Amino acid sequence: MDKTITLDYGSGGRKTASLIHELILPAFGNRYLSTLSDGAVLPGAESLVFSTDSFVVSPLFFPGGSIGKLAICGTLNDVAMAGGEPRYISLSLVIEEGFETHLLENILEDAAAEVRKAGVFVVTGDTKVVEKGSCDGVFINTAGIGVLKRPGLSPAAMKSGDAVLVSGPLGNHGMTILLARHPQLLEGDLRSDCANLAPLAAALYSLGEDLKVLRDPTRGGLATVLSELAESAQLGMEIREKDVPVDPSVRAACEILGMDPLYSANEGKLIAVVSADRAQEALALLRRFPEGEKAAIIGEICEDHPGLPVLRTPWGSSRILTALAGAQFPRIC
Amino acid sequence: MKQNTDRIIRLMEICGTHTHAIARAGLKQLLPADVRLLSGPGCPVCVTPPEAIDALAALSHRPGLILCTYGDMLRVPGTSPDISLLKEKSRGARVEMVFSPMDALAMAAAQPDKEVVFAGVGFETTSPGTLAAIRTAEERKIGNFSVFMLLRLVEPAVRALLADPDCQIDGFLCPGHVAVIIGAEGFRFLPEEYRLPAVISGFEPADIWPSLKELIRQVRENDPQLVNLYTRTVSAEGNALAKQLMEDMTCREGALWRGLGYIEGSALGLKSRYKDFDAAARYGIVLPDKSAPTACRCGDVICGKLSPEGCPFFGKVCTPDTPLGPCMVSSEGSCAAAYTYGNLI
Repeated sequence: MDKTITLDYGSGGRKTASLIHELILPAFGNRYLSTLSDGAVLPGAESLVFSTDSFVVSPLFFPGGSIGKLAICGTLNDVAMAGGEPRYISLSLVIEEGFETHLLENILEDAAAEVRKAGVFVVTGDTKVVEKGSCDGVFINTAGIGVLKRPGLSPAAMKSGDAVLVSGPLGNHGMTILLARHPQLLEGDLRSDCANLAPLAAALYSLGEDLKVLRDPTRGGLATVLSELAESAQLGMEIREKDVPVDPSVRAACEILGMDPLYSANEGKLIAVVSADRAQEALALLRRFPEGEKAAIIGEICEDHPGLPVLRTPWGSSRILTALAGAQFPRIC
Repeated sequence: MKQNTDRIIRLMEICGTHTHAIARAGLKQLLPADVRLLSGPGCPVCVTPPEAIDALAALSHRPGLILCTYGDMLRVPGTSPDISLLKEKSRGARVEMVFSPMDALAMAAAQPDKEVVFAGVGFETTSPGTLAAIRTAEERKIGNFSVFMLLRLVEPAVRALLADPDCQIDGFLCPGHVAVIIGAEGFRFLPEEYRLPAVISGFEPADIWPSLKELIRQVRENDPQLVNLYTRTVSAEGNALAKQLMEDMTCREGALWRGLGYIEGSALGLKSRYKDFDAAARYGIVLPDKSAPTACRCGDVICGKLSPEGCPFFGKVCTPDTPLGPCMVSSEGSCAAAYTYGNLI
């Protein structure tokens, strides 16, 4: 760790991992927390999934969503990726003195719309108002509780030959936020993919044990999540670049600005690892949803180069996908 | 492409954007075994001497001052790994990431009670934009804006490399972005004075591959020429307006480079009329002519004398999270490219 916490520690990449491993786990590590999955699975008569997330996105409103929508979807997604069907949400607000009430109303309306659509309840919460300058408009923390529907999702379940799927084009949220924050850079019609993935995840639970892992590639993007999965399972991955879906507008914006869509954040995409013989079925399940209509099988798990996902380029070369170092840019969620 | 085993062909890509494009596409794996690619001194952040980072870090703590910088500079260490603009920011300095000097100028106009300093790194590509911001500041009388001038020129650096008796370079992949400004003719000195092949290339794999092929052909056939394969953007003469701006506003000065040392006439300094906008003059900053020796080997990497993987620190003590030098953190740095896009198979 450095002597001070730089913005890099919030990137979702390797510095965030070092913060968790060097400060959080030594203080609190236990069998639930230490799996470091998107949500904790808690035993009981009916097993529960529990997850929490904080939202500090800037700007508060962006094409395709707002901090309100993001705060609900982000937590629903974390619960769903851990195998849970979301039921209850907590919502806490930290509001900056002087914040306009009608903007707060808009944010809460966006959040409420997602809550209604998902059929969950906001059952507890908190509000704090801090002096001007102590936060940037509004920060939101949410936590979610769900009922465990698909136990045992874990990188440890992955096997050589399993297929790697993504539910749609990558990098939209990160690039949308970047351009919303710096509108002078480029004009474009990018939209955040911010969406509730719980229905897609629930459809995939029907694959039973043939569904091995679900992850939503938020900060750090696809490359960081694949790198973490491969390292955790000590298996390799072969990813075909030509099969990885990226919208042309995102690709163009990334090219002009020197960004990589595989490291750009998503807020409405999932990665699924599925047994080879059920991969086509999984693809069909995802494509039934508007959020999954561009889903794709992008590669396979393999035994070669354990711990490393390798990207095969269309011209016959390859490169390793590593976890994000530093931040492509801060405060995207 | 076929191998010709008579001798090793060493080609240098000058520009850091080429380095990254080559690594990202894994092009080195597709080259014949007798061809080596070396990265050159074309990453603006990498050639900035550590003493300049120290000066910027110190400046960033001045009360009432906002230091604006490209994101690339944020993580570059100064003379100690504990000094970087990102670390100063976490210690309370007002450091803002901007995408253009015009953003910094807008910040100055919006906050007249603050002093805004832009860290003006870059080669010929970014120089006109930086100078345009200064000219606009003068026209609009925005007196609280200044630029820490770290603008460098490509040709003197390439000449300094070639003057090194250890230099073994058989041809240059020339930077398309710089050539947009100075024109293809700006690289004619390579075949004419040094009998070295020079091909101006764009930045897509589909641009770089034929450019490398042409360089290899020229080396094998001993037929050094200047060839512009980026004609959709680069003209023979370059951008007249941008060149005029540089001519009008700057004079060539000697400057310290990381790795290459002090090079006469290698930097753009502001003419006296614009000295009010020169942060070094305004805040009394004088950079040394010589860098203190450090363990970091970025200097050798920048000169193509050492490959990133050949550095004893690469991937061990020096990673993008704990960089010893700029090559590991800049988005144009060759060590960052080698680390991020580690080519395996």
